[in-house]
Amino acid sequence: MTAERGFSRGFRWISTGSGILLLAILAAVAIFLVQQALPALTASSEDLVAQNVLPQGMTSLWQLILPLVFGTLVAALLALVIATPIAVGIALYISHYAPKRVSAAVGYLVDLLAAIPSVVYGLWGGATLAPVIRHVWTWLAETLSLLPGLEVRATATGRSIATAAVVLAVMILPIITAVSREVFKQTPRLHEEAALALGATEWEVIKTAVLPFGRSGVVSAAMLGLGRALGETMAVLMILSPGILVSFQIFDAGQQQTIAAFIASQFPEAAGLRVNVLIATGLALFVITMLINMAARWIVARRKDFSGAA
Amino acid sequence: MDTPVKFSRISRAGSAVLVGALALTLAACGSDNNTGSDAGTATASASAPAANISGTFAGAGSSAQQKAIQAWTAAFQGQNPNATINYDPSGSGAGRDKFIAGGLAWAGSDAYMSTDEVTKSQTFCGTDGAIDIPVYISPIAIAYNLKGVKDLKISAENIAKIYTGKITTWNDPALAADNPGVTLPSTKITPVHRSDKSGTTHNFTDWMNKLAGDVWTNPGADAWPLQGGDSAQGTSGVAGVLSATDGSVAYLDDSGVTSDLETAKINVGSAWAAPSAEGAAAVVSASPLATGRGANDLAVDIDRKATADGDYPLVLVSYAIACQKYSDKATGDFVKAWLSYIVSADAQNAAAQAAGSAPLTGDLQSKAAAAAAAITAG
Repeated sequence: MTAERGFSRGFRWISTGSGILLLAILAAVAIFLVQQALPALTASSEDLVAQNVLPQGMTSLWQLILPLVFGTLVAALLALVIATPIAVGIALYISHYAPKRVSAAVGYLVDLLAAIPSVVYGLWGGATLAPVIRHVWTWLAETLSLLPGLEVRATATGRSIATAAVVLAVMILPIITAVSREVFKQTPRLHEEAALALGATEWEVIKTAVLPFGRSGVVSAAMLGLGRALGETMAVLMILSPGILVSFQIFDAGQQQTIAAFIASQFPEAAGLRVNVLIATGLALFVITMLINMAARWIVARRKDFSGAA
Repeated sequence: MDTPVKFSRISRAGSAVLVGALALTLAACGSDNNTGSDAGTATASASAPAANISGTFAGAGSSAQQKAIQAWTAAFQGQNPNATINYDPSGSGAGRDKFIAGGLAWAGSDAYMSTDEVTKSQTFCGTDGAIDIPVYISPIAIAYNLKGVKDLKISAENIAKIYTGKITTWNDPALAADNPGVTLPSTKITPVHRSDKSGTTHNFTDWMNKLAGDVWTNPGADAWPLQGGDSAQGTSGVAGVLSATDGSVAYLDDSGVTSDLETAKINVGSAWAAPSAEGAAAVVSASPLATGRGANDLAVDIDRKATADGDYPLVLVSYAIACQKYSDKATGDFVKAWLSYIVSADAQNAAAQAAGSAPLTGDLQSKAAAAAAAITAG
């Protein structure tokens, strides 16, 4: 480095320090989780039952963690499936269809969604959305039940994982939209003009130039959204009637529960080994999030080669 | 070219998410529900003992007692301006554990100590151990939301069948038989329970188990024992779900029943009774004390099968748990004065106003006062 002098050197240290701090915080959280979860992971099932730390009828920690992991994934994936197409649609509208002034306004509105605290989403979801959307779920459940061999139940309160997933989808919409929008905007002008010159319609331009270019960006955007949906606590806590089952009845109450909401609901009354059990479920969430992030990195790295941007 | 720009944007968004997540975590850590010393509305009661108590004292446990304790704290601190009382409504089990570990002056609990816990309490309290004194009685209502139907009667057996899924519609013959002359719609029944641990759940499940043991086979427990079904957090959460759902029914602390809900009568012997503070207090007063415990331990085995006129046996009794003898004089003096105050008629009436509880009455009230007076310090 030739020009390392004065503040330039100082800034280098500040920047490096920030990077190291991030790693240190992450390591501290990981160590805490493992350390605190260990007593629960190593406790014998007799101990767990004797100290009454598991829900009634369970004899091993895995009987608790497995349904919770399942519930967490169901809620987050449902949210992702709902949010991603809408987010891509909004992003394309902002980057390619909307008049300049409208596009700025819509972008601002989407960012505004991100500023609403999750407890407000929870209140809205529980008090307003659930009593309305339950009619949709009931109708869907009745219609699906017409299929042979399928019995789909729906709760009359609307406090099901499907409702929670809709609210989660609204919550992750801003992240996915913002990132996708930026990616679409960077589609090389030449690619688009080349497509237009070949006589492509606007849709064909998007299909052949914009989407392939932005694909890896959208995937990483979706993964960011998924990360938020996995860890979201308050909204799920306030909307869902929890149950600790591995169940595909997504319209029924008392079937699934997410890890974050489980910890938040149980922690106030927990002591001793019970706390360790809760932290063990937290560790499971940590591991899932890490695996998903790794998968996302891998997808992004793989797609990069043929995204069209060289 | 374009690629590096693209990725830098993504990772910037990523770090924003991380910072947000951290902030959420920190915010979650910071929420301890200390009932502060500044529990407003100081309606200084005349009968609060004028003993000069000073210092800061901590209690924790039952969240059902929280409203009552706020009223009591205000009055007590009005009389003893140098005393600061902090009550953490972290739950009965947590309160008992913390008290036994020696971290509290007293604990609030919706269930009396197990004999095992009494033994363990000797580490902190000395050989005399800890005692349970009933301080808060509250009737539990069976509330429902059913369009056009008032004055419903629901027996323990029928509510147990509803919660176990054996009765699923409101016009079920078993319900119709108890409600002659009432037109019941074919609406689906949506039973709602508490998703958090609760003394209300404990007393409700115990009541079902005692009166309809062949339908409800689980013993009374703080945590709802069955999987499935609708649930919500806290009394207000359950009341909110009931208000929003036609055909729903739930058990609620009577003070938490909102005006848009109806309250069902339950079977008491061959008669039907609506929840009332007097009926609840009468049942608790007439119930036997648990046997095999210390002389000043007033653990009540609630007689769920009480049938006297006006009785309402679906009731929650919450206790103050304190040492018989405190080695620390300041703490002992405080607990004695504090408990003597909260079992007094004035404090019990203040709680009835603030929290809708049933005042302790008769024999049990004088026993509780005697037990509080028998606490020694130093």
